[in-house]
Amino acid sequence: MLSVSDLHVSYGAITALNGITFRVEAGAIVTLIGSNGAGKTTALRTISGLLRARSGQVSFLGEDLSALPAHRIVGRGLCHVPEGRMIFSNLTVEENLAMGAYLQRDAALKARNLAFVFNLFPRLKERLKQTGGTLSGGEQQMLAIGRAIMGQPKFLMLDEPSLGIAPRLISTIFEKIVEINRDHGITILLVEQNAKLALEVSSYGYVLETGRIVLEGPSQDLRANPRLKATYLGG
Amino acid sequence: MTEFLQQLVNGLAQGGIYALIALGYTMIYGVLRFINFAHGDIFMLGAFAGFYLAPATLKLFGAGPSYAGAALVLLGAMALCALIGIVIERLCYRPLRDRPRITALITAIGVSLLLENGGQLLFGADPKSFPDLIVDRALDLPAGWGPLSALTITLSQVLVLGVTLLLLVALRHVVNRTRTGLAMRALSLNPTAAQLAGVNLDQVIMFTFGLGSALAGAAGVLISIQQPSIDPLMGISAGLKAFIAAVLGGIGNLPGAVLGGVLIGLLEALVVGYLSPTYRDPIVFAVLILILIFRPAGLLGTVQKEKV
Repeated sequence: MLSVSDLHVSYGAITALNGITFRVEAGAIVTLIGSNGAGKTTALRTISGLLRARSGQVSFLGEDLSALPAHRIVGRGLCHVPEGRMIFSNLTVEENLAMGAYLQRDAALKARNLAFVFNLFPRLKERLKQTGGTLSGGEQQMLAIGRAIMGQPKFLMLDEPSLGIAPRLISTIFEKIVEINRDHGITILLVEQNAKLALEVSSYGYVLETGRIVLEGPSQDLRANPRLKATYLGG
Repeated sequence: MTEFLQQLVNGLAQGGIYALIALGYTMIYGVLRFINFAHGDIFMLGAFAGFYLAPATLKLFGAGPSYAGAALVLLGAMALCALIGIVIERLCYRPLRDRPRITALITAIGVSLLLENGGQLLFGADPKSFPDLIVDRALDLPAGWGPLSALTITLSQVLVLGVTLLLLVALRHVVNRTRTGLAMRALSLNPTAAQLAGVNLDQVIMFTFGLGSALAGAAGVLISIQQPSIDPLMGISAGLKAFIAAVLGGIGNLPGAVLGGVLIGLLEALVVGYLSPTYRDPIVFAVLILILIFRPAGLLGTVQKEKV
């Protein structure tokens, strides 16, 4: 569904991605793990069009995305839940969700997606008239995911959904991520620092280190990989 | 008492004009995070657009002043100013969008000087007399209104206030109830997230410039109805006052811009009425300094938290 080949991205003189290649098959949950500064967020930002690659290709459903601006890429069904959630803090939950459906003209489809979001995260329905900034970290993450779902994604990219969230909410969020994938057939690319969690919910994983993919394989194999165990999985 | 009320009426009319200009400053700041110092000159261009459109337009509805003609002149000036604002953004600000903000700010000052001096070249530096769009007269107030009865309220004051209110309501609708308005607000809160939701930043920024410039253009015509002497430098003072109004209300905050505009208008009227016209500008600028020292976020603004 998504294939990234030999992607080079740099910020001025600093190289962030040094030729990464990976693919995500339709229907899968694939994870990109790695420590801080490995280039995970850069990879997602390049795929969604926020950053321009120096060279290399991103192809989604057979179409080259490299030349498309971010706002057009969303319309292709590729939605990005950014790091730090980026909720519109002064807009209400309702307006945040409406923004997610910004490109969606079909009212019936909008209503269906909204029902889907409320079904996933009933708490958002209770908070509809509250502004996004007043929500807790976990609720903001729910809203960020909900907002992306309002865009009718075929493919969802999640950047560090566990970051800055109360531990008891993390498992809820990850259950929902699995549910979005399993019950609604939305393909997911998950970026996480919490490698243990990410490898539990995903079927395939890539390990990123200083702008390079150093390891890849089915998630269960990666879980057992001694090198990975030592570095990322806490022994 | 009557004199005080009279000053309030005068101040309110002037404040409405400031509010219309201040809204443009604040909206453009909201989406681009810079002060468009050429905005006051758009107001001036609105007045001149009205000046040049008026004769032909009024002729459409008979020779003399008419409400239909006045409305058409107003709409025409708004449309022209919207177009000018959009062209300025496209040519001068968009190429600099990824540069440091100070670059855009200096460019805005350059555009402002260009419009002022270009205006002197095109229209002539001498003040021009704005044609009568309506037949102005003092309204007869009912005798039973107590101190209100002695007020001098002109038809143009009422009309200008009415039109200002109408524009404010329309703007509120656009910003709060339309899809593009929602995108404007989203963009001002987080441009990245707005892009990820599918918002075309270029389009929304263009729309914002058009909207803000149209309001400034309307203000240019409305002020000329009340004070019918216009010149190419009239935007400097009005633009600065409106800028102060926007800062006073909280830059980026739309109700704040309206509140700031009205407060500055009232303050000016009271200073002129009770102290001396000489003190009008120093006191208004002192307000700017005080607000920047004691409440930099403005009356209705909130201190911007650093984004995570």
